[in-house]
Amino acid sequence: MAPKTEYAVIGGTETKVDGLEKVTGRTRYADDLSFPNMLYGRFLRSPHAHARIKNIDVSKAAAMPGVHCILTGKDFPIPFGPLPISEDEHVLAIDKAIYVGEPVVAIAASDEATADAACRAVVVDYEELESYMTLEEALAQKGEAIHPDHRGGNVHKEVPLEIGDVEQGFAEAEYLREDVFYYEGNTHMPIEEHACIGVPEGIDKVTLYSSTQNPHYGHRLLGKVLGLSPSRIRVVATPVGGGFGGKCDTFSHEFSACRMALLTGRPVKFTLTREEVFYTHRGRHPVLMWSKIGFKRNGKITAMYFKSFLDGGACGSLGVASTYYTGALQPCSYKIPHYKFEGVRLFTNKPVCGPKRGHGTPQPRTVMETQLDKTAVDLGIDPATLRLINAVEPYSKTVNHFRITSCGLKECIEKVVEASDFRNKWGKLPHGKGIGFAASVYMSGAGVPQYWNNGPHSEVTVKVGRFGEVQCLTGSTDIGQGSMMVHASIVAEVLGLHTRDIMVLNGDTATTPIDLGSYSSRVTFMSGNAALQAARRMRDQIAGVVAESFGVTADRIEFREYKVFNADNPEQSMDWPDACALTESKLGAQSSSGNYTPPDLAGPYKGGTVGPSPAYTFTALAVQVDVDPETGMIKIEKVWCAHDIGFPINHTLVIGQVEGGIYMGLSEALLEEMVYRKNRLKAPSLLDYKTITVAEMPEIETHLICTNDPEGPFGAKEAGQGPLLPAIPALLNAVYDAVGVRIDEVPCSPDKVLFAMEEKAEGGAGRYGPKAFLEHKMTSKPVRAPRPAEWENGNEGRMS
Amino acid sequence: MLRLPEFEYAAPTTVAEATRLLHERGTKAMLLAGGTDLIPNLKRRQFRPELVVALHKVEALRGIQERSGRLVIGPLATLAEVAAHPAIRSQYPALANAAAMIGTPQLRNQGTLGGNLFLNTRCSFYNQLEEWRNSDGSCLKAEGGKCQVAPGGKRCWAVSSSDTAPVLAALGAELRLVRHDDERMVPVAALYRDDGINYLAVQPGEMLTEVLLPVAGTWDRTAFLKLRRRGTFDFPILNVAGAVKFGAGNVVERISVMLGAVGSTPMAIDAQKLFAGKPLDNAAATAALQTQAGKRATPLPNTDASHVWRKRMVRVYTARILKELAT
Amino acid sequence: MKHMALTLRVNGQDRQILVSPSKTLLEVLREDLNLTGTKHGCELGECGACTVLVSGKPLLACLVPVAQIDGAEITTIEALGGPSNPDPLQVEWARLGAAQCGYCTPGFVMSAKALLDGNPNPTRDEIKEAISGNLCRCTGYHKIVEAIENVAQQQQVSKVINAVTIASRQTTAVEVRD
Repeated sequence: MAPKTEYAVIGGTETKVDGLEKVTGRTRYADDLSFPNMLYGRFLRSPHAHARIKNIDVSKAAAMPGVHCILTGKDFPIPFGPLPISEDEHVLAIDKAIYVGEPVVAIAASDEATADAACRAVVVDYEELESYMTLEEALAQKGEAIHPDHRGGNVHKEVPLEIGDVEQGFAEAEYLREDVFYYEGNTHMPIEEHACIGVPEGIDKVTLYSSTQNPHYGHRLLGKVLGLSPSRIRVVATPVGGGFGGKCDTFSHEFSACRMALLTGRPVKFTLTREEVFYTHRGRHPVLMWSKIGFKRNGKITAMYFKSFLDGGACGSLGVASTYYTGALQPCSYKIPHYKFEGVRLFTNKPVCGPKRGHGTPQPRTVMETQLDKTAVDLGIDPATLRLINAVEPYSKTVNHFRITSCGLKECIEKVVEASDFRNKWGKLPHGKGIGFAASVYMSGAGVPQYWNNGPHSEVTVKVGRFGEVQCLTGSTDIGQGSMMVHASIVAEVLGLHTRDIMVLNGDTATTPIDLGSYSSRVTFMSGNAALQAARRMRDQIAGVVAESFGVTADRIEFREYKVFNADNPEQSMDWPDACALTESKLGAQSSSGNYTPPDLAGPYKGGTVGPSPAYTFTALAVQVDVDPETGMIKIEKVWCAHDIGFPINHTLVIGQVEGGIYMGLSEALLEEMVYRKNRLKAPSLLDYKTITVAEMPEIETHLICTNDPEGPFGAKEAGQGPLLPAIPALLNAVYDAVGVRIDEVPCSPDKVLFAMEEKAEGGAGRYGPKAFLEHKMTSKPVRAPRPAEWENGNEGRMS
Repeated sequence: MLRLPEFEYAAPTTVAEATRLLHERGTKAMLLAGGTDLIPNLKRRQFRPELVVALHKVEALRGIQERSGRLVIGPLATLAEVAAHPAIRSQYPALANAAAMIGTPQLRNQGTLGGNLFLNTRCSFYNQLEEWRNSDGSCLKAEGGKCQVAPGGKRCWAVSSSDTAPVLAALGAELRLVRHDDERMVPVAALYRDDGINYLAVQPGEMLTEVLLPVAGTWDRTAFLKLRRRGTFDFPILNVAGAVKFGAGNVVERISVMLGAVGSTPMAIDAQKLFAGKPLDNAAATAALQTQAGKRATPLPNTDASHVWRKRMVRVYTARILKELAT
Repeated sequence: MKHMALTLRVNGQDRQILVSPSKTLLEVLREDLNLTGTKHGCELGECGACTVLVSGKPLLACLVPVAQIDGAEITTIEALGGPSNPDPLQVEWARLGAAQCGYCTPGFVMSAKALLDGNPNPTRDEIKEAISGNLCRCTGYHKIVEAIENVAQQQQVSKVINAVTIASRQTTAVEVRD
């Protein structure tokens, strides 16, 4: 049920502005666009995981009729990466290929089949090198490093951090546990395969239409890599047919399409095949983790020491951030007095890992929440109560210096306990049936941009025309989360209009102001605030003019139901278009802008910029399962979820995000994995990369907890990523409750459950998972930081 | 977008015309029924036929009818039609269930019974795009080279992945195979060979024209179980089919059990010897059947899920099919 | 290769095309007839994004060589209704947010349409079965099932209720609760 509000639009259940266009098949995604005289681009990709490129002979391909442009690595000498600190990627492999599927040659031809045939006619002479397909191999590094110029060899990044004194914390503990856990990598698998079209404009400009989440970052990187002034490049984000983080980076096909369009003077389209989408990846990192956690007998956490090894794939991408994220949010859901974290990211010869929904946090969240479950059993405290004992509080500082404002964690936990009847079920269901609990925290947008700059993170322009037409211009992109509706709702609410009166124009670097992009659950909070400011400024402009004509002060003017009123005399009103026309006649063309820059919330230590967010959401979740004791097959029966949304801009959209996040979490918990055999991805297809379908999807009962965030637009916080997180550990905890075994590995496939049950029956521990953590001596200087002042004198972080 | 290779196309209207084309063009021609197996295989360049002979205009290959007390199914009957057919559902529920569990609704509307019986064997090293296969020496079944699953051996271990084949074999169904100049009837079980490449025991130029079920009353109960990780889309990673005829006193008179998707061919388990004259819940016979099934099955790491687990599941599903037949 | 002259009946219109027999219906719809509402996610029959109706039955356009359906009646998402005259399924789908990114939606809607055409009063399990050949990565499937269920119920309550008003300023789906 949507909450009752004083608002006309906000918190409601109106159909999203682009809803009908999507259900009628009218939405034009990138591959649906075509231009006269268009060429088609294809890549020849590396068949080797690690190989020196000795020669590339394109002569046969170049001679083929219909072939118009052939590019190789030397045509793109400038390396790049989304983060300026790891610019280690090339559009096309130079000198050596570093994973199977890496683009090596790009060819544009009059049709796709010709481009494909031409790729097959290229002869590349490779010399295979020692390849590194696992963490162990990468660390041992028996041959040439994947990036020979990188200082750490195959060690891409080390993060050593200690806040407080964990040894002291462990000394105070009355119960200690250590666990090792492995979380396999997985991928976004958007149903839309990546596509883009580079279209030459005039003689020296290019427009890129692309299925991208982040046109602004793409704009920046295209300028850098193509060596073009940004004024010659326009990036238009087409409606994105599924992102989940997979369309955040700027990709080889985008650079190539632009360069080829400029070279040939013709539009060039690239549409990846499904297999190529798997190679493009940037998905969830495989992470091996070790965690030690201390408790008092009453369940209070005394300290945590967490170590992670990330298998990064062949390039940096956003992996430095991913590494920090595996250690950033543990102290944000539960009060941890002393905290130590060591994260290491390694390069391997596999497709590049990066940000997938939850970015670096589902893996440690899964470890921590299963550890809490094990602790609950050992200490004889029920899992929900154990979480309540440690839950962070509103308006507090975490031990790693992150500012918590609104926080409904305890309410979420209590709501799920009540809705699921958790305490009457946990430990009490018949053998084979079980219920599991978990909670989590996520950010409403990252506190710092991907490249350093002082500009706003979000800018929005609102324009009002003579007939009362309203345009809301935002650089954000709609990837299905409903950002167009969020903008329309905010502007409509402020101006007293219906969302259908607002035309939202988005994701176009030439016509819309800057927004950093649709990632990090930032759009509702950040761009929403910018839209709110822009709409209020527009309202004030119009109110001033109308007030004058009414002979009242501007603060008496109200906007409702397509009318502008005198609040003290509602008879005195003006239709919205008349108010717009009047304002224009007095003041000229009407536009207003709004900006949002998050407050500086960085922790006072190196790496303290990764994790701070202007607001955090909290989620609690319970999963009930039925495990077949003979097969280990898991049937998910029901999920209960409570999510602290702050306040929903649109109730329908929020429920959709919660359900979609839970689905994705359950799917990775049960099935999803990027598995390699020797150097090759085992299952680069939709049939073989298993995701749960409608047949496996359980009933979900969602409760929204409204904590009205003081800084969010209308109190809103994120919904897109948080609810995924607890689904995974809750499922593993439910399996334990059902059949008494611990699966310390994701995905939790039936063979693992069965083998753990067999081990238990034979008197073993009843556990499936990695036996040991990797030995590695950090070369980076340890970063030590004091605890925040709010933690002194036993205050546990509460802000005064 | 993945596209088909170029090919010549013919759409004959009679069996005679179709078999003549097969005879003339030999192995360079391939038959197209529903296309749900052939089209993806062509897109992956697993085959490169010169000629594709589409059968949809051959009316004689359609329909499900009764003839002399037997149900006769045209090989172009779609899996959806087989799954929904009232006589099949009442007399041979195992066949209807197997058909209903294949692929997805769209694939069952398109895919045919004949296509499922002739389904190309599958292997996770083989069912890949050309570039993937060739990036490490391809495989025996595609471009030659070595078997990627069992590199030491000479044979291909691609997996028989039909859901209807074990059922029809267990029922003792027969097939009419027609060539340009002759025809023959074979039991379904005799259609297959334990070889991932040459998995069909058919003569060059032969095509399937009829599937003949045994006369009604041959079996009292039939059952089918399929192991897969999702309730839709997936090929079997193990299936078991069974049929039983009870004698007086509710003991087994005749019983037939087949395993599928754990080797290159459907496999018969000799349940008759173990259960004849005994009730279906006989514990010793059940245990013996499980052991036998476990020995026959040769799951290898070339499908979804762990092959060790699949091997374990053979025993579980063998016991379960007996329970299904009993209830 | 030799091209073939074919007549396809698409959305009630005869369309003459000259194509290679190795073209699939998916390619012809999207590239020759510019009907881009039919999507593609794998081109191997593994996702359902290209579901269209052929003689009323949902099939995968990526697996049909176009020569094989010469003369058949083909219905794509474009025939179901546009933004100004949407099908009740489309209205409910949009209202519930059952289309997030929207990319898989046309395929799902076609599967649902075929279901309701043949079975106006499906059970929840029958609905799930009917869309079990379509993958969605955004929604978790709930809102999709609910949308189909609601439309079936609406149609059961009154066959007349398919009036959808699109006022200039407001979209209202006529709702009937049981």
